[in-house]
Amino acid sequence: MSEERGFSRRKFLQGVGAGALAAGAMPDLARGAEAPEDAPDLAGPGPVPVTLDVNGVRTTIEVEPRVTLLDALRSRLDITGAKKVCDHGACGACTVLLDGRPVYACSMLAIAAQGKKIETVESLAPGGELNAVQQAFVAHDGLQCGFCTSGFVLASEALLRQNPRPSHEEVLEALSGNLCRCGSYQGIKKASGAAPGGG
Amino acid sequence: MRELNKGWPKLDEATHLGKRTPRIDAADKVTGRAKYTQDVNLDSMLHAKFTLCPHGRARVQSVDASAAQALDGVVLARAIVGEGEELEHAGREVAVVAAESEEIAREAAQLVRVEYEVLEHNVADASPDLAGEWAREQRGRDQGDVDAGFAAADVVVEGRYGAPIVTHCCLEPHGSVVEFVDEEHVNTWVSTQRISSQDEDLAGELGIQPENVRAVCQHMGGGFGSKFQFDVWDRECARIAEETGRPVKAMLDRDHELMVAGSRPSAYADVRVGVKKDGTITAWESRSWGSGGAGGGSSPRLPYVFDKVPQRRTHVSIRTNTGASRPWRAPMSPQSCLITMAALDDAAAALDLDPLDFFLKNLPFTERPEVYEEELLIAARLMDWRGRFIPRAAQQGAVRRGLGLSLHTWGGYGHDSNCSTTIRGDGAVTVSCGTQDLGTGSHTVLAVVTAETLGLPVAAIDVRIGDSLLPPSGGSGGSTTVGGISSAARDAALDALRQLLARAAPELNAAPEECRAQGGRVFVAAAPERSLGWTEACGLIGPEALSGSGRTDPELMADGVGGAQMAEVEVDVETGVVAMKKLVAVQDCGTVVDLTTAESQVYGACIMGISSALFEERVMDPTTGACLNPNMAFYRLAGIGDVGEIVVHLMQTEAHHARGVIGIGEPPVISPIAAISNAVANAAGVRVPYAPFTPRAVLTALGKGRGR
Repeated sequence: MSEERGFSRRKFLQGVGAGALAAGAMPDLARGAEAPEDAPDLAGPGPVPVTLDVNGVRTTIEVEPRVTLLDALRSRLDITGAKKVCDHGACGACTVLLDGRPVYACSMLAIAAQGKKIETVESLAPGGELNAVQQAFVAHDGLQCGFCTSGFVLASEALLRQNPRPSHEEVLEALSGNLCRCGSYQGIKKASGAAPGGG
Repeated sequence: MRELNKGWPKLDEATHLGKRTPRIDAADKVTGRAKYTQDVNLDSMLHAKFTLCPHGRARVQSVDASAAQALDGVVLARAIVGEGEELEHAGREVAVVAAESEEIAREAAQLVRVEYEVLEHNVADASPDLAGEWAREQRGRDQGDVDAGFAAADVVVEGRYGAPIVTHCCLEPHGSVVEFVDEEHVNTWVSTQRISSQDEDLAGELGIQPENVRAVCQHMGGGFGSKFQFDVWDRECARIAEETGRPVKAMLDRDHELMVAGSRPSAYADVRVGVKKDGTITAWESRSWGSGGAGGGSSPRLPYVFDKVPQRRTHVSIRTNTGASRPWRAPMSPQSCLITMAALDDAAAALDLDPLDFFLKNLPFTERPEVYEEELLIAARLMDWRGRFIPRAAQQGAVRRGLGLSLHTWGGYGHDSNCSTTIRGDGAVTVSCGTQDLGTGSHTVLAVVTAETLGLPVAAIDVRIGDSLLPPSGGSGGSTTVGGISSAARDAALDALRQLLARAAPELNAAPEECRAQGGRVFVAAAPERSLGWTEACGLIGPEALSGSGRTDPELMADGVGGAQMAEVEVDVETGVVAMKKLVAVQDCGTVVDLTTAESQVYGACIMGISSALFEERVMDPTTGACLNPNMAFYRLAGIGDVGEIVVHLMQTEAHHARGVIGIGEPPVISPIAAISNAVANAAGVRVPYAPFTPRAVLTALGKGRGR
């Protein structure tokens, strides 16, 4: 997940050296890194108005500044395609696109997502017609229980928008921030073009 | 093996059965339309969170929830254990809070003040000698003349093997939502492996009639054996909903989930194997130990698969102050398999025999030698074993390749299930069954069987599952679901079809038993030109839909499978890194209902096994008794780049098909750790005794690292 200034836990860990981080210290360090430089001064800790542009619709909600983008989407806007699994920036089930780039919605505050174009998995098939990535996941059975699926679909979507013909290695790299417990990687590789018979 | 079963169409006559059907719920899952328990949002819903015990073992002295109760947005905060109660592991729920938001509930749970008397604890299970009074010797068991077996041996090979406690780590955490519709009627959404009996548990807790409870689980985010019981969070969710009159959601946070909501027991063993120079096994002796939590642990089944070998085994059960074990996909089998196959592989290496020859030679000690032989030879071809096997310790250089193999077995006989199939006058078909889909393919299996039986496209079938109001079906455990629901669906569809043919036959000037349904038409078998289109035929039904009912049919299913797996790894002996190159899985499961989801089960099982073999271990702090990695950064699962190439071969011959349906969810998860352990030993030249085969474990085995 590459970006110039947005938060990427993987890049962050690569920079610091994962071995140097104590388990308990990680979430605090991670959360400290996410506010954009131009974030307005906010009164807290009580609810504040937050305007989010989700799937082309701008909505203003009242949430505490500590509410993550993921919780704002899921429990305030009832947009539940992004799942809460690790709530820790480790599994990718909460992946959404922020100005086209995949981010972990659990590791970003809702207030920090203002002014950005947020896309969730619900936006990919607006009229019910599956897009190409979704069709490929269905055709190659790139899912089982489905709880990781929206994250994998969006990570693949982001990759293919940027790089329509990725190599095997580029696909594995782009999807390395997402985890599946049922073991659907075989189908996901095919769906994302990282395995023969896919694409 | 059963006689040819007339119930299922033959392989070459089937339209959908055994073919690839895209998973019918996949579109809902790739669009976010699929609603899981975690996704349920109801008006004025409260969120419940728990205060957890931080100590390995402690006695509660007092619980003060007043500060939590005083927090803005908190509706309820209270102790759920009594003063003086002993808590047996870190992560035990001490208090519950319910609040207007999840954030407030989590903050409030931290404000509950609990005084503990900290008690002595044990979280160490890797050695019975260190466990002291926490270890309990179980009665041993002998089979055959073990002493004579060892006396007849040319070589006795000794080794130590094992696997630590791992967690289920379902991506959707455990939890439920409870809503009172009125004083007597309750709706619940729950992430469960047995929706049909969830209503009874909840009704019992609340003292209401089970028929007044509707439990729903349309989709669920993985269970793997950990989601059968009615848990403390389900109970508290229900009680709070009753007390407050508001809907309540209680989903576990990840740390809570990893500490208490399911684990696989550890199992370790010291093994002696007696062998003749020609490779024949003469005797087995093992002393095993392990833990599944405060209750101790189950003993592994040793020797696994080769269970006719003369054997002597003892087991030491170790009580540890860790979250209790729950059935984990093929309970005790991956551990039993690892210990057995690694010990036998070491015996083959000591004799300088190719393990493939060694295992083939000893197949008479197994229950089904001919199945294993066929599967081993297919696996060997897919791996090019004969062309690529290099004896152990025969390689130089930093990066060395290794091959390893393993065998496994499982039952998989279908559970009791009911099913109903309705056909409406407009031709619409609905199949209903109170089963659940763990990601295993239950939706698709029901659609395939119904479509096959009625001669319709799969897309024409509407499938309803995951609801306690539907015809009851068993829990999804033991690989019992597919046999139960597929045979019940066949029975129900045939019942509905008979009724339809009774209406259509007079139109075709034939007797009902002379008619068939196939290719979207109803016709006279002997004169197919005398036919009606499906909709036309259904037009004869009238305003009242036809309803067929079905039950599990033993004639349509069978029990007992085998499987052979081969792994290829690269081991870097300087860094200790093990890389998966390839895993070959050959598996029989009788009748394959849907090839897509059956294969996905095997791929997934292989990957879950790779994850166990290379990454997973619940790490406990011996000083505090706390879990050190209750998160997914440090409780590692295999990622997409970690699994290498996986080749799945399902035994899909008429002979296998003729047996009937057998479950496939569990068997292929059994062998990967063993096959990978053997491949690592083959490459590295030494046995890495305990999974996971991490860089540190590999370097330690090579004498290059510091021990545990």
